Amino acid sequence: MDKGLSLRNVTISKDGAPLLSVHDDVGPGEVLTIMGPSGVGKSTLLAFITGTLSPNFVAEGEVWLDGDNVTNAAPHQRRVGILFQDDLLFPHLSVGANLAFGLQPGGSLSERRKKIEDALDEIGMSGFADRDPATLSGGQKARVALMRMLLSEPCGLLLDEPFSRLDAARRAQVRDMVFDRAKVRKLPVLMVTHDAEDAHAAGGKIMTLGE
Amino acid sequence: MTKRRFLPFLPALTLLAMLGPVAAGLWGTFLPAFGHLPAAGLTGPTLDPFRDLFDWAGLPRAMLLSISTGLLATSISLLIVMLVTAGWSGTRPFRLLERLLSPLLSVPHAAAAFGLAFLIAPSGWLARLFSPGVTGWERPPDLLIVQDSWGLTMTAGLIVKEVPFLLLITLAALGQADAQRSVTISQALGYGRVTGWLKTVFPRVYAQIRPPIYVVLAYSMSVVDVAVILGPNTPPSLSVQIVKWMSDPDLAMRLEGAAGALVQLGLVIGALVFWRLCEVVVGRLGQRWIASGARGRFDPLVAELALLAGAASALAVLLGMVVLTIWSFAGFWGFPDALPDQLTWRNWMRFGPGTLEALAETALIAITVALAALVLTIGCLEAEYRYGLSFSARAVWLLYLPLLVPQTAFLPGLQTLMLNIGADEGRFPVMLAHLVFVLPYVFLSLADPFRAWDTRMGTIAAALRASPNGVLWRVRLPMLLRPILTALAVGLAVSVGQYLATLLIGGGRVATLTTEAVALASGGDRRAIGVYGLMQTGAALVPFALALLVPAIVWRNRKGLRDG
Repeated sequence: MDKGLSLRNVTISKDGAPLLSVHDDVGPGEVLTIMGPSGVGKSTLLAFITGTLSPNFVAEGEVWLDGDNVTNAAPHQRRVGILFQDDLLFPHLSVGANLAFGLQPGGSLSERRKKIEDALDEIGMSGFADRDPATLSGGQKARVALMRMLLSEPCGLLLDEPFSRLDAARRAQVRDMVFDRAKVRKLPVLMVTHDAEDAHAAGGKIMTLGE
Repeated sequence: MTKRRFLPFLPALTLLAMLGPVAAGLWGTFLPAFGHLPAAGLTGPTLDPFRDLFDWAGLPRAMLLSISTGLLATSISLLIVMLVTAGWSGTRPFRLLERLLSPLLSVPHAAAAFGLAFLIAPSGWLARLFSPGVTGWERPPDLLIVQDSWGLTMTAGLIVKEVPFLLLITLAALGQADAQRSVTISQALGYGRVTGWLKTVFPRVYAQIRPPIYVVLAYSMSVVDVAVILGPNTPPSLSVQIVKWMSDPDLAMRLEGAAGALVQLGLVIGALVFWRLCEVVVGRLGQRWIASGARGRFDPLVAELALLAGAASALAVLLGMVVLTIWSFAGFWGFPDALPDQLTWRNWMRFGPGTLEALAETALIAITVALAALVLTIGCLEAEYRYGLSFSARAVWLLYLPLLVPQTAFLPGLQTLMLNIGADEGRFPVMLAHLVFVLPYVFLSLADPFRAWDTRMGTIAAALRASPNGVLWRVRLPMLLRPILTALAVGLAVSVGQYLATLLIGGGRVATLTTEAVALASGGDRRAIGVYGLMQTGAALVPFALALLVPAIVWRNRKGLRDG
């Protein structure tokens, strides 16, 4: 097994009662959508993959990313990117500093600044580097959050109801951008949502939990 | 890297720093109380210290003072806070009171007590303002108001300081009690504002603020600095007498002091049990009151009276500060003039250098202790977050424990213990003793905002490949700058206000603004007291101002952090 994200016999249970079981592979550039009503444990699965599962849950199985077993790796060493329904931009940092937080270390200051300007160009927000993130529109915040995650060069991308806070007009635009960028970078994407339209737009396999 | 190995031990270290001195101090009180004091060549066990204690004619009165002061101060301040909150929360007068809260809280007990004394003494400012016009007094009347033998003024001095404290913790509890909707519902059912609040919100709020109420009770029963300033002299309250015995050059007097300290501990435990029983009784009566369906006919009157009491309590502190300020600048000020003949810098020139020296000592101790408490607190909370620990409701009581054991019960023992093992009194032991009182307040102040931080921020930062320490230093702590600085200011204020710990553990050789100010009480030099009292208040108040100002400047371009 090489590129991509694979979940092998993953079972998560709470207080002895099994919550969900997943066994699936997501290839580079593919999207796997997991659907189900809230409370079924969709976000718990993502917490298991990022390594931030609460000790109240017991998880079995393995997570492999690009040929490495990352099941027991520390969260910051897994190279798994994640986007939540809230942008979660760091409120104490400017837009540029948020992106710099994500950007892999290395390069001179001017090279890094150039990369951040290029990244802002890519999401149509040139010249926004010094802005306070709290002054951006919802769509702009979502784009910065996406770009911040991509700059950290993850090997896989998790989406936790990522578009549910956006209004209808921006929703399609941001959604297309996320899936486009992920496809260009050949990232395996795992999305959990309860929104059928999002699932449909993802264009990949759809798995339904809790039925 | 060292932090990673160190972090898991921080909760244990914190508990040790908080409870170790208390346990050691109680042990150090217990031994001499039964006649065991090797440093003075005495070995026990014997009951002589208790025999000497019970021979002291002032004991019944001293014990009674401790009990009456504690129960009265606690119940009256609780009553004021509950009724004011019931009748006025959400209204304009209440918001004004909320805004006054931080400054009122940061005024040290000793300064507030001096202010009150300068206000209500026969020759105080109130008498001057209304004389001779209203009262007809040409000279101060011969009344024993301050240091009255029933301790009523001392009780009032405690109330004016406990009201803001209880209001603060009530406000914190209200946030979780869903108070507004309960009141709206009960008002729709025809209940008055106060009655509706008392019947629906009070039980939930009380359950939450119970530990700090117990702290207020234990503190009021055993307070020393306020008692020295406002309390009676012959006999003084038990705690003041214990300190006198402990400061006696004759080491044998410490045995009697230790026995007194154990009696003080017993009194506090007894009062706490009594309070608990009263809770049960009040609970029963309350249920009958609820079942009766009474709608609260006298609510408007009760609310007005409560507001009056709350306003009087706030005014007593604020006017006290004003009169301290006037005295610190006063030239000749004869009775019954409302203001001094002239204002002058002379008092500040005269006492200023001395206060600066004391300020340096105060600041050195307070900054060291508050920073240490902050590091331990952040370490504990971060360990809780990283290792998924969770503190049970029972563990919360551990935080309150050092505040529930009366200071006069364990600090004398700690001092005696140090004497026995030959440890030097001085600045460092004083810092350790301050830490016992500073840690719980810093922890209680920071815990809620620290835990309320959105942990998805941490998940995101880790997904961006920030290490756990990177998340802490680069994301969490900067975002929590304001609550961290507030907790630091709380710690500084608590340390600045410490009297007994500084006096006893410092062996009288560590001179802070508080010990110097209280020492002036017997002399009665109002100009000196004015200067020291103001400096003491400033030392506690300035950090709070900075805790508001610094985040506002640092995050002036960060809207997302301005309100949080």
